[in-house]
Amino acid sequence: MSRLAKLAIAAAVLGMAAGAQAQTTPDTIRVGVLADMSSLYADLGGPGSVEAAKMAVEDFGGSVLGKKVEVVSADHQNKPDVGSSIARQWFDQQNVQMITDLTTSSVALAVQEVAREKNKIIMITGAASSDLTGKNCAPTAIHYEYDTTALANGTGAEVVKAGGKTWFFITADYAFGHALQNDTASVVEANGGKVLGSVNVPLNSADFSSYLLQAQASKAQIIGLANAGGDTINSIKQAAEFGIVEGGQKLAALLLFLSDVHSLGLKTAQGLNLTESFYWDQDDQTRAWSKKFFDRTKKEPTMTQAGVYSATMHWLEAVKAANSIDGPTVIKQLKSKPINDFDIRNGHIQDDGSLVHDMFLYEVKKPSESKGEWDLYKLVATIPGAQAFKRPHGNECPAVKG
Amino acid sequence: MFEWLHIAVPPAPLFFAQLLVGLINGAFYAMLSLGLAVIFGLLNIINFTHGAQYMLGAFCAWFLLNWAGIGYWPSLVIAPIIVGITGIGIERLLLRRIARLDHLYGLLLTFGLALIIEGIFRQQYGSSGLPYTIPPELQGARNLGFMFLPNYRAWVVVASLGVCLATWFVIERTRLGAYLRAATENPILVRAFGIDVPRMVTLTYGGGVALAALAGVMAAPIYQVSPLMGSNIIIVVFAVVVIGGMGSIFGAILSGFGLGLIEGLTKVFYPEASSTVIFVIMALVLLVKPAGLFGRTA
Repeated sequence: MSRLAKLAIAAAVLGMAAGAQAQTTPDTIRVGVLADMSSLYADLGGPGSVEAAKMAVEDFGGSVLGKKVEVVSADHQNKPDVGSSIARQWFDQQNVQMITDLTTSSVALAVQEVAREKNKIIMITGAASSDLTGKNCAPTAIHYEYDTTALANGTGAEVVKAGGKTWFFITADYAFGHALQNDTASVVEANGGKVLGSVNVPLNSADFSSYLLQAQASKAQIIGLANAGGDTINSIKQAAEFGIVEGGQKLAALLLFLSDVHSLGLKTAQGLNLTESFYWDQDDQTRAWSKKFFDRTKKEPTMTQAGVYSATMHWLEAVKAANSIDGPTVIKQLKSKPINDFDIRNGHIQDDGSLVHDMFLYEVKKPSESKGEWDLYKLVATIPGAQAFKRPHGNECPAVKG
Repeated sequence: MFEWLHIAVPPAPLFFAQLLVGLINGAFYAMLSLGLAVIFGLLNIINFTHGAQYMLGAFCAWFLLNWAGIGYWPSLVIAPIIVGITGIGIERLLLRRIARLDHLYGLLLTFGLALIIEGIFRQQYGSSGLPYTIPPELQGARNLGFMFLPNYRAWVVVASLGVCLATWFVIERTRLGAYLRAATENPILVRAFGIDVPRMVTLTYGGGVALAALAGVMAAPIYQVSPLMGSNIIIVVFAVVVIGGMGSIFGAILSGFGLGLIEGLTKVFYPEASSTVIFVIMALVLLVKPAGLFGRTA
């Protein structure tokens, strides 16, 4: 091997050694933000969630029970095996006591198993699948911000009641897409509608033209997009190209984040209905917190990022009140009181781990109605928690089943 | 007939529509794999930065529109030139130094460059992407009877066919192309004839990069202008080039369009496999013909 190559390898090895984690001391408690930092979901959680967690720790005072609190973060790359091995290493070696964000349902489900095994707390603000509090429910997991049931009862029910009776789904082919499609189909059928067909699309596809053609051919009134992030953006953009709406069909973006609408632009996204749990410009409370977030990140927060702040803050408060970092003890403390802040309204954690709270139905503004770069939504309706999180077919979680 | 396989055979009009859509995707694969094949065939460099340069082309078009008010049509010429110049810079400063070494060093270098470029853009612009509208002249769709064909996608097929054929013609049928091909085989002898080989190499790399950037500009209106757009497509394009034969220009064009068609059909019959079918074909082709369908064994 040439001398240059040997030098290069030596430099690389030294570089890797320098990147080793600091030794953990029992005097530091860590909060882990496990998110998609670099791929199609990075804008709805990602580095913004890390900032939100840091803000919460700072605002709480930086320490709890006499120990310093630190935020660590990692990129799960939307791979369940990567996510669960990071979670395992965090729980075992880094004194991480709570993991949050957890965007991407397949990763969240895998990490939930690790949390179940180790009795540690996870507070999910990114992933959506209702299975997290359904058949996969775990005692130390809290599904914090929203789930596919709420999306189905929000956007799904609204669209059916407005006359969209026949549906065709374009579904991201993994846990989240299937959960969202199933929950929305239940709501559609419960309201007198019919599902005409569906197509499964690999995650992170760039081109939806083929699937949109199939949706067009089905002649369904509503094309339900059971996907998120970059996939939804591409679907909506390409639907405009193929004249879907001119042809008489409507799009139902079942999961749409502020970051998606900002990326699409109001010209393309105007009129879309969506269900979220938080909007930065909704009232004085949301505006006050969002300003602090904007000053740090130069972007307005999505509901996942707001959820990370809220979850971290409430977890720290519960640890202090329970005088313990033990998972089940802190969970009991969290479940004992309602949760009400700028992000969660009228919230209460149920036995299955889902945080039932008010959801909001928004409509994307027309370009003429918007007065600023991030002035994107208008509030259409408030959906009370009990209605939003109601499951038409009951819940399979052992903790709540009869 | 095929219900037991859970495959639904679509009606004929939808079928032709899907073929057309597959052809349109194939046009992008063909343009990108053409640039890669030119660079590898003539320069023996495995250019992993190709995806990032495709992304740079799209971003350049977006910058031109939003910072300089320059629209789509001039961008089709200006953006490839700008990105081509950066390609020339890369070749002069970096690639030339490792030209004498094993191919793998070139692969590692260009791969690292791709990661750096993508990382910088992702840091700055996030991953959701930026909007770029279809130029007004190409908006709207034509009703072909069996489908609505967006005018812009029709333009993409026609333009990429034109670009591919023009490139093939220049390399295979003109004197300049003959010099390039000779310089690949025996640079010392060609240099002895007084032809400036290093300059030709630099310009060829710049040309290949400009082709990638052109594909990026054409992709900007239909896919979001996103830092991730290159990494999503580059692996597929590499598979296309390998199937077509690493040195063959004609092979790259043909397999680009052909694989676009096959991927389009897979999306109809079994969409869950659409992201892997090209690699399955690559594995099969390599088993039977290791040099690729049109490649020349070294």
